[in-house]
Amino acid sequence: MNLLAIRAIYRYEMSRFFRTLLQSFVSPIVSTSLYFVVFGAAIGSRIDQVEGVQYGAFIVPGLIMLTVMTQATSNASFGIYFPKFTGTIYEHLSAPVNFLEITTGYVGAAATKALFIGLLILATAHAFVDLDILHPLAMLAFLVLTCLSFALLGFIIGIWARNFEQLQLIPLLVITPLVFLGGSFYSISMLPEVWQRIALFNPVVYLISGFRWAFFGQADVAVGVSLGAIALFTLVCMGVIWWIFRTGWRLRQ
Amino acid sequence: MAPIVSVRNLVKRYDDGFEALGGIDLDIEEGEIIALLGPNGAGKTTLISTICGITVPTSGTVSVGGHDIVTQFRAARSLVGLVPQELNLEVFETVRNTVAFSRGLFGKRRDDALLERVLKSLTLWDKADNRIRQLSGGMKRRVMIAKALVHEPRVLFLDEPTAGVDVELRRDMWDVVAELKRDGVTIILTTHYIEEAEAIADRIGVINKGQILLVEDKDALMKRMGRKTLRIELDAPVDAVPAALAAYDLQIDGQALLYSYDTQAESTGITGLLSDLRAAGLRLHDLSTRQSSLEEIFVGLVHEDAA
Repeated sequence: MNLLAIRAIYRYEMSRFFRTLLQSFVSPIVSTSLYFVVFGAAIGSRIDQVEGVQYGAFIVPGLIMLTVMTQATSNASFGIYFPKFTGTIYEHLSAPVNFLEITTGYVGAAATKALFIGLLILATAHAFVDLDILHPLAMLAFLVLTCLSFALLGFIIGIWARNFEQLQLIPLLVITPLVFLGGSFYSISMLPEVWQRIALFNPVVYLISGFRWAFFGQADVAVGVSLGAIALFTLVCMGVIWWIFRTGWRLRQ
Repeated sequence: MAPIVSVRNLVKRYDDGFEALGGIDLDIEEGEIIALLGPNGAGKTTLISTICGITVPTSGTVSVGGHDIVTQFRAARSLVGLVPQELNLEVFETVRNTVAFSRGLFGKRRDDALLERVLKSLTLWDKADNRIRQLSGGMKRRVMIAKALVHEPRVLFLDEPTAGVDVELRRDMWDVVAELKRDGVTIILTTHYIEEAEAIADRIGVINKGQILLVEDKDALMKRMGRKTLRIELDAPVDAVPAALAAYDLQIDGQALLYSYDTQAESTGITGLLSDLRAAGLRLHDLSTRQSSLEEIFVGLVHEDAA
């Protein structure tokens, strides 16, 4: 195991993150605050409570998930796409590193950034609503797993993308809709029964449900199922990445 | 001694069917400088990319330091440094971070003293904390070399190292290469500049259309393939070559006649030419000979191959 290589990639990626500090930190805080103003204050004043939780607090897990998923995906996809774009990928391909080490470096850094931002939003949320986290450890575990699995997904997108447009395509057209339809701002049980069934095909539902359970102790689906779903998603992504490096797809000629 | 790089029957066929390498065999000895010459699209870069792990071989084997580049890629690649043709750099990063990253990627511990030495040897030290986008093209080229040297390779591949750099930088580059050779580093370089190969290489390989046409000791190659030109300065200029000398295929250059001959031939024809000149009534002022350059040899070879 080339641990020094993992560290080199990880630190290099993190230094990019800190170089763009303003963009990295300020923009998630601003957009979260906007969500609180729009959803929490304007709409929340009419909804009052969902399943016994104040609406303002109820949307916090969904909001964190929304940002964490998009941040993890875009960070990881950009992280690996950029060397492809500038051509510096030649160095990764000719270095004594294997796919696990490259992936760990990039995905680890992207997940760390997303986790950072997730916690930042949690702190921001405290400024707007009262929050008691029922199962803090489970909350952290769900958050970390989500960061990791979506960073893996982003890594795949970054290798797949041939241009900047494709890089934006999946996050914009797939992840954002899935998160919005995945119960970020409402409980699945509030939907008509047909849509409840359809929603169960949305993998994000399981993540948000599990994450919300960690906060408030109630969920749309059983916590075990949520954990199973996220584990499965992570494994599928890792399998795809293993295949990519084995075949050299879009990396080696 | 076993060769440090050994290429056996290496074939590379791209997905579109183009065969860039058609069964290359090549042994590179430790500590030598070998220059690969060839026209554009000959397969030079593909060969280097395959040895370095960037391109996957279709068939054949390559070993570096006795390690197979596929099954023992870690050991093989640890020995290899690569300076590609393009200036592939992340422009927002600093020189120091970029170069330090390369060392880490190759699994080597951070070594500030070594980093300083490498940057100084490439006159980059005062630019260490500059962002790469602030550097000139020549400076960027140096950064590329620093990245390859900082993980202390035993075999260094330089793909067109002096393409588009000014004379001063080219001289610097040659000095760096000479110094590396003194340290025992094996160097494989591709180049368009034949004077470059002539100036620094120990052996020359000529590639065309994915085939190695020849690999030979530079001096022996020049001797074997070399044609010499005899320059005959005359006392008075001539308008045309006298008919009696038509058999010699002479060319007129001002007040001189040029005679080209093969040093390896059984007879160079010089004795006959000189006596015929005398018989034709031409008076000689001076004589000189010149060895033809690698460039002429190279063009001759590639043309022969095309025929």
